[in-house]
Amino acid sequence: MVRIQDLKKINEFEWEIPKNYRADMRVPVRIFSTRRMLDDIMDDKSLEQAVNAATLPGLVGHVMVMPDMHQGYGFPIGGVAATRYPKGVVSPGAVGFDINCGVRLLGSAIEREAAAPYLDDLATRVDAYIPSGVGKAGSVPLKERELEEVCVDGARWALRNGYASEMDVRRTEEGGRIDGADPDKVSPRAMSRGKPQLGTMGGGNHFIEIDVVEQIFDREAADAMGLREECLVVQIHSGSRGFGHQICTDYVKSFQTAVKKYGIELPDRQLVCAPMDSPEGRDYLAAMRAAANYAFTNRQIMASHVRRAFEDVLAGKLNRFQLHQVYDIAHNMAKLEEHVIDGEKMKVCVHRKGATRAFGPGSADLPDEYMKIGQPVLVPGSMGTASWVLVGTETSMLHSFGSTCHGAGRMMSRSQAKKEVRGEDLRTELERAGVHVRAGSMAGLAEEAPAAYKDVDSVVETVAGAGIARKVARLVPVGVVKG
Amino acid sequence: MNGYEELDHTADWALRVWAPDLESLFVRAAAGMFVLMGVTVGEAAGAEREIVVQGPDSETLLVAFLDELLLVSETERLVLSPTLLSIAPGRLSAVCTAAPVVEQEKEIKAVTYHDLEIRERAGLLETVIVFDV
Repeated sequence: MVRIQDLKKINEFEWEIPKNYRADMRVPVRIFSTRRMLDDIMDDKSLEQAVNAATLPGLVGHVMVMPDMHQGYGFPIGGVAATRYPKGVVSPGAVGFDINCGVRLLGSAIEREAAAPYLDDLATRVDAYIPSGVGKAGSVPLKERELEEVCVDGARWALRNGYASEMDVRRTEEGGRIDGADPDKVSPRAMSRGKPQLGTMGGGNHFIEIDVVEQIFDREAADAMGLREECLVVQIHSGSRGFGHQICTDYVKSFQTAVKKYGIELPDRQLVCAPMDSPEGRDYLAAMRAAANYAFTNRQIMASHVRRAFEDVLAGKLNRFQLHQVYDIAHNMAKLEEHVIDGEKMKVCVHRKGATRAFGPGSADLPDEYMKIGQPVLVPGSMGTASWVLVGTETSMLHSFGSTCHGAGRMMSRSQAKKEVRGEDLRTELERAGVHVRAGSMAGLAEEAPAAYKDVDSVVETVAGAGIARKVARLVPVGVVKG
Repeated sequence: MNGYEELDHTADWALRVWAPDLESLFVRAAAGMFVLMGVTVGEAAGAEREIVVQGPDSETLLVAFLDELLLVSETERLVLSPTLLSIAPGRLSAVCTAAPVVEQEKEIKAVTYHDLEIRERAGLLETVIVFDV
């Protein structure tokens, strides 16, 4: 286990596990955390997992872990690792099963006070329009050919088929479509799981939340995003569903053989990887991108359902009930990007697992309206607590491969949360606090109790303190819909 | 004793499974997985199903076997229970009854290889499986 005395303090918000901590490390580990938050971090195996991640062939710079880090299954959640293209590896385990799990934020000019009488109906309608239970089919069943188009075109498919506006697509990471996706690299099993599930939320920590903008910290950025104090916004948290899970499952299995073929020694079999320029590496990247495009489309379809719910409940009652896209970002992905490392500009594959891209002002891939402020970063908190909108900075570009935190981060196990919290009690408590809750499973609700998570405000203060994101707005919930 | 128990894991689910032999270890792991998912099944009906999975070692076979059961539970809403399971080097085959899922509380995204090792302890085989949820 990594101990506090193994860490080198860089500054108030950064710590390092030096490369000589373990013989098989190829790069050091950089931890973004305050001293106080380190205590929670050191309670589980997240730092040990970060050290394991630091053994991947072809790494450059540091392996980084964000303050919301926690133990995962192989690669730590909150981890960022960049490998040099083309000889470095790509690791399906470092992306995770829920490829392009991510968050979308929709903004509005709907004032909290005016919406108050309708919040319960809004939660009911959103819950009704978006299938969230286990095994439920989505409202947009796809034929094989259509799924292939979704794989290649992502949110652009949704635009062509009337589920998206041009602005939705523009304000999505990569324009909602990552180049280089190839449905031929996706197994028939994954295709069969993908066809019925578009527009479904899934379980676990996925949710749709209606929030109010409680406070604005950066007026210029908030104006660019159309965020107004005391107005409603909607967060959508979901991923690539069974389609992505199956793609990761398939490649983690086939990579068990690939690591032997390429003579790669790993401390954990879930970290399996292959060189990016190998047939295995290329195939995985092409399949992963198909799943990423599926996930962008999935959140887009969900957004169109949320808009329909708002229209059905609020049309004729309020003048302005439209929801506009603020941004949509991934937090489980491997992407080819250019970064400057030790003064040298290079092409790298940035693996972000439970970490968000946070590109600074002027970066390519930002829509014109965000060029000056930087990329919006969406940080959902735990259920019933605050969430944050941040922007990427010049520092994040130089310091963390343009990455920052992705959420509050768990600190209590699911089994412990179930022992300590009853789903029914939690729902009553949230309702009393003015949060309208719709949940498919009370046990599932208990596992996601706020007490099981770190304090999202401390996470945000840490990344803001380290300079790898800037605060724009704090959101508080008024409605939660969970699977 | 069921031969399995849930262990603490910060974000996911970990299941410890133990059994006198490899075949029963696999059967208990499957039973434990469906308990974690909060699955209630109806009467088994229809023809028995055969599953065959391949892999270079026992751990890979275990993951592939559980993956197979997860897939059928999601796509066909059926829980397969092995009545006959045999493991040979590189290959597992199982004959299973199929029962419809009546209720399911939670979803498992996938079975992981994280720290997965089947070892012998006090005359029993034991392993810990981490599921992504």
